Amino acid sequence: MITLENVHKKYSNDVAIGPVSISIPAGGITALVGPNGAGKSTLLTMVGRLMGIDEGTISISGFDVASTASKDLAKIVSILRQENHFVTRLTVRQLVGFGRFPHSKGRLSAADELIVSRSIDFLDLGALEARYLDELSGGQRQRAYVAMVLAQDTEYVLLDEPLNNLDMAHSVQMMAHLRRAAEELGRTIVIVLHDINFAGHYADHICAVKHGKVVEFGTPAEIMRDDVLTRVFETPVTVIDGPRGPLAVYY
Amino acid sequence: MAETTITAPRTTPKLRAGNRRSSGPLPSKKVGKRYWIVLSILIVLSLGFGFGLLAWDNPMPPGSRGFWLIAQMRASNVLVMLVVAFCQAIATVSFQTVTNNRIITPSIMGFESLYVAVQTAAVFLLGAAGVVAIQGVGQFVLQVLIMVALSVALYGWLLSGKYGNIQIMLLVGIIIGAGLGSVSTFMQRLLSPSEFDVLTARLFGSVANADPSYFPIAIPLCLLAGTGLILNARRLNVVSLGKETSINLGINHRREVMKTLLLVSILMAVSTALIGPMTFLGFLVATLAYQLADTYDHRYIFPVAVLTGFVILSGAYFIMKNLFYAQGVVSIIIEVIGGTVFLIFILRKGRL
Repeated sequence: MITLENVHKKYSNDVAIGPVSISIPAGGITALVGPNGAGKSTLLTMVGRLMGIDEGTISISGFDVASTASKDLAKIVSILRQENHFVTRLTVRQLVGFGRFPHSKGRLSAADELIVSRSIDFLDLGALEARYLDELSGGQRQRAYVAMVLAQDTEYVLLDEPLNNLDMAHSVQMMAHLRRAAEELGRTIVIVLHDINFAGHYADHICAVKHGKVVEFGTPAEIMRDDVLTRVFETPVTVIDGPRGPLAVYY
Repeated sequence: MAETTITAPRTTPKLRAGNRRSSGPLPSKKVGKRYWIVLSILIVLSLGFGFGLLAWDNPMPPGSRGFWLIAQMRASNVLVMLVVAFCQAIATVSFQTVTNNRIITPSIMGFESLYVAVQTAAVFLLGAAGVVAIQGVGQFVLQVLIMVALSVALYGWLLSGKYGNIQIMLLVGIIIGAGLGSVSTFMQRLLSPSEFDVLTARLFGSVANADPSYFPIAIPLCLLAGTGLILNARRLNVVSLGKETSINLGINHRREVMKTLLLVSILMAVSTALIGPMTFLGFLVATLAYQLADTYDHRYIFPVAVLTGFVILSGAYFIMKNLFYAQGVVSIIIEVIGGTVFLIFILRKGRL
């Protein structure tokens, strides 16, 4: 369980995050949704200790993010940001191998290699593992990054807009992979999503953020409603019954 | 109702027998073989130039007592080159890794302009006699101390604050460097031609600037700092992935960067205080080393970089000494030949 208590971060007089108090249950996929600039990514980066907080506490399965050593947290939680650019030239497999660093400290054992192979296969990157990252398409590269955080073998996986720049097919494929990671590998995945319909279909819980505060939290059935979505996104939204569940129409 | 399924086939490529799937730093047999060939060639070249410097044009027959006496006198120059190559190579590679930037070198962070400023100020304030004053072990230690102190103050101030930002630190470093450079230029304007001539000789990076009496301090210092960085190679590999990824992998990024920059500043200070400015050498060596080693792993990049540095330095010195009879100014030939090699490499490969 990820618990945020009274989390507060101030940027300027009128831009602030929080106070946020929320518990994200263990297991399944929790989607963070909300309008631009609402603070979804910021919340995620604070949970992933990439950014400090001014007040309050964040704990991940009982460990306080601020006081637990970073190297210990790296075995419990992994975070993947949107922009990933490396100056070094890496093959897919080398990148995924870095995911084992918290456990192996750079000395990969046979067991580590096995886990690396497994997460590469899990994301169907087997045929590409010897390729360099700069030889891959955007979608393939995104999968390689996800394979790295899966190889980190953490209970909690935080992903910041992993569907960014992916086309329809690759988005669907990525979400299906994440769904399987949650179900087959028992990971708790917290993901920032832009498309409310993806959240409605693939997530177990939806957390709506607006003006730096959590305004709604519930199952897709509770969130995928005209009045709730209209209020969150400040634009008229109609939810209709689609062939695969509720569908938000906003244009 | 058809649920979305993953369409790509879930198969692992059939690997040849005995070809274990491995995430090692040399991803394939071809890359591995190439690496060891490159390393061997560099070792042979280093030994060749090293021996050439000791033996070429040695008037005494090889093996005789006189031969060894002359070789011994030349050995101190070779040692200086080894120290400088070691310092510049390891410092530049580490610096580029922690700053996540492959087109800058630690020398633009004010090191060399500080050196130039100190030398110029000595001549300016003390006259040509100042040149005598800026020699000796005490001056060498002082020079190193000033340079390390400046960089520690800069890194400590700019990286520890709430807005700790490596880009701003680099910018401030460059501006301080430019400022010091202008102050030096101004002082040089006011020198008499004879004083200026004396100063110029000191401001060319030259192996001849080094005094063997500096060795007892310079060698342990650079071995200490260099070993610190080499032992940290695995963590540097992670730091090269950038701040956020390395924090995710459990690295204390700020501490790692500060530690590395401190060690880099010691190496750069020793090298600069020993032989003077060598702006281009570190950059050239690091860039060539990435191309030659072709791996992310610092444990493999460091040896290639040090050897490349030594080959370039000793090669340039050898050519200058035996072809042009102008052994003093190796930095000139390094910039000409090194720059050309560098351009050829970049244009051929099309990437850094």
